[in-house]
Amino acid sequence: MKKFLTSTVAVSALALMLGMASARAEHVVDPNAKQGGAITITYKDDVATLDPAIGYDWQNWSMIKTLFDGLMDYEPGTTNLRPDLGESYEIAPDGKTFTFKLRQGVKFHNGREMTAEDVKYSLDRVTNPKTQSPGAGFFGSIKGHEDVAAGKAESLAGVTVVDPYTIKFELTRPDATFLHVMAINFSHVVPKEEVEKYGADFGKHPVGTGAFKFAEWTLGQRVVFERNPDYWHKGLPYLDKVSFEIGQEPIVALLRLQKGEIDIPGDGIPPAKFQEVMADPEQKARVVEGGQLHTGYITMNTTMAPFDNVKVRQAVNMAINKDRIVQLINNRAVPANQPLPPSMPGYDKEFKGYPYDVAKAKALLAEAGHPDGFETQLFAMNTDPNPRIAQAIQQDLAAVGIKASIQSLAQANVIAAGGDKAGAPMIWSGGMAWIADFPDPSNFYGPILGCAGAVPGGWNWSWYCNKDLDAKAAEADSIVDPAKSGERAKMWSEIYRKIMEDAPWVPVFNEQRFTMKSPRMGGADNLYVDPVHIPINYDYVYVTDVQ
Amino acid sequence: MIAYLGRRVIQSVLILLGVSLITFALLYLLPADPVRQIAGRSATPETVENIRRQLGLDQPFFIQYWHYLTSLLSGDLGRSYIQRSEVTELIVSRLPASLLLMVGAILCELAIGLTMGLLAAVRRGTATDQTLMVASFVGVSAPQFVVGLLLLYVFAVQLGWFPIGGYGTWRHLVLPSLTMGILGAGWYARMMRSSMIDVLRQDYMRTARAKGLARGAIIFRHALPNAILPVIAMIGIDIGIFMGGIVVVESVFGWPGIGQLAWQAIQRVDIPIIMGVTLVSAFAIVLGNLLADTVAPFIDPRIKLR
Repeated sequence: MKKFLTSTVAVSALALMLGMASARAEHVVDPNAKQGGAITITYKDDVATLDPAIGYDWQNWSMIKTLFDGLMDYEPGTTNLRPDLGESYEIAPDGKTFTFKLRQGVKFHNGREMTAEDVKYSLDRVTNPKTQSPGAGFFGSIKGHEDVAAGKAESLAGVTVVDPYTIKFELTRPDATFLHVMAINFSHVVPKEEVEKYGADFGKHPVGTGAFKFAEWTLGQRVVFERNPDYWHKGLPYLDKVSFEIGQEPIVALLRLQKGEIDIPGDGIPPAKFQEVMADPEQKARVVEGGQLHTGYITMNTTMAPFDNVKVRQAVNMAINKDRIVQLINNRAVPANQPLPPSMPGYDKEFKGYPYDVAKAKALLAEAGHPDGFETQLFAMNTDPNPRIAQAIQQDLAAVGIKASIQSLAQANVIAAGGDKAGAPMIWSGGMAWIADFPDPSNFYGPILGCAGAVPGGWNWSWYCNKDLDAKAAEADSIVDPAKSGERAKMWSEIYRKIMEDAPWVPVFNEQRFTMKSPRMGGADNLYVDPVHIPINYDYVYVTDVQ
Repeated sequence: MIAYLGRRVIQSVLILLGVSLITFALLYLLPADPVRQIAGRSATPETVENIRRQLGLDQPFFIQYWHYLTSLLSGDLGRSYIQRSEVTELIVSRLPASLLLMVGAILCELAIGLTMGLLAAVRRGTATDQTLMVASFVGVSAPQFVVGLLLLYVFAVQLGWFPIGGYGTWRHLVLPSLTMGILGAGWYARMMRSSMIDVLRQDYMRTARAKGLARGAIIFRHALPNAILPVIAMIGIDIGIFMGGIVVVESVFGWPGIGQLAWQAIQRVDIPIIMGVTLVSAFAIVLGNLLADTVAPFIDPRIKLR
């Protein structure tokens, strides 16, 4: 977080000099990197789609990022924003107009030059209800979004092509997250002619401007990307080819990695083998550990008795032994005390949260009128390790007198119960927990802790709705000036501190990422735990055994 | 014969209709909302309703079912909610792999099962018989997931004779076929044993022995052809067991067939794919049974079609 702040300050100092404009600092090419070679990554599940308007799972997220580009991006391995297809941008003093100058000479994989028209087309497409994009909601602050969403307009009124290399965005409110929105996959630029050619199957024939271009897709078996020789960022990517082999169980993938047949097991190290791998110094040396923009938490339905009593919720917060749960998953996480994960701007290092204190929890329950505890239900997803974690929570609750029966269900059913106001008193979020769409503190609020998410079918499973905090959140997000991002982060810390006073959640842990790689993989460690590219940043890694 | 076939075909169609109705109803009743899944976690309620309307999921159950049936008649199984591809395309691209695995599995189970059964019948009551029957029992009851991983570990990881999962060459086919075949082999060993014992008890066997024919000639020329036919007729019925087995075995070995497709779809509640794979499997099972029943009287004259 500190790193993020300092760099934002640097960017904003520069922005001040340029009159609130920002320009991209070119990434320095790694002097050790070698050009060429191919790597193989395995996955258990089929790749759903490579359409940037549609793809929304952690598997295709980074694949799409390497095929397509957006106006903004992040410095590799970090959460620091930088311009990408946009060469520079200007924010009007009221924070409601963003003007981007586009990089010239950028070509789509079909050879045509990318212009501002393509940017506009891509945003019109993603917000058009016919596209059925799960990301359409991210563009809510652009003027005219409502009309497009309602099917009354085909084009966003707030997006104007000034000239082929300049595009202007007008927003209905100042939106501090807008630059992040311009970096998420849903805003990545697609060529109209290819989308029209393939229609609903564009996701199987992706054409973008990214470092790699799509080469082959054998359904259920393999997806192959090849180096884009015309990539605008000279010298990148280093690899000639990236192959994804599909349908490989994680355990089989690990065996193949050990035999040197593959380079990255995309689904990670299987939990059952984790300790074995980490106990072997040779293998452990090839595991890169990093933070993740993830928090695992227990929700308590604040509209259901007895969880409508804040004392009960605070008592539950004190009853849970988070260290033990972290041990249960082989220390693949760190205990959490607040909703934001540590690598997120706005994370409050000073905040200590609720201590694990059984006596105090019992006292609070007694104060709330439940000296002998009560009976309740704890919903959890039915795949390992979640039932085990739910049992640990159940035992912790029993120690303070709360008898929780476990409802272990398939993911979709738990999500459905959470989105039903009378559905679930408590939910362990494991397997469905929030992973940020972009590294900004607001992303952990709106849908999961704000009033907007406390609707049927929503993701605010605590049904916690605090109008004051909603207003504070809106205020924080209207601070667009990058120079004031520190102030904004403080406001968000304050919001999360207030939330923890009301205790709708028990934040339990923040998962760590462990990426295992073959010995021949090269590049800085942070490329292998890149916060926005999971598992790795394909554009910047290389292999050391090419001649 | 033709009347019988006609009746069976009508029955089969009715069974398939029933399967489609029950599956459709079960998936409809799932608490999971497919539209929410497509719309994603940041969608507004309007977006959600819009998608629901576009997919026709706001219609009453029977209208939805009717739409599904009518498009089914033109070979359209709909589009996957998650992959957004045609379900027909997804299934067709994966069918060859599943069929290949099925052929491999049938060869394995026949080769292993019939040999074991024959040996056990000939050596009836001996330690060989008992060992073989215990082995067949283990084969029938061992979970395929465990058998698959065990074979992988021994023959692919430790000995390195076969690749660790994947698809493409005959060497990729051996371990998954064997895993599927071991289960069937257990059944076939038991059936073959009892069928063979039945035949060996027949009068003409005693006559053959009395004639002074060699033991090998009696077993292979006279007993085996009669004992093996009723067993072979069971292959059609096997298809049902295969359809269950491929879900597990294809997942373990990374075999790109429809079982793996089904397993992924179930995990992601991708209803059109679950529906499509269920119908295709039901079709295969019905067809297999029909074939088994039709062929049986030709193989074994004691069976009559009615």
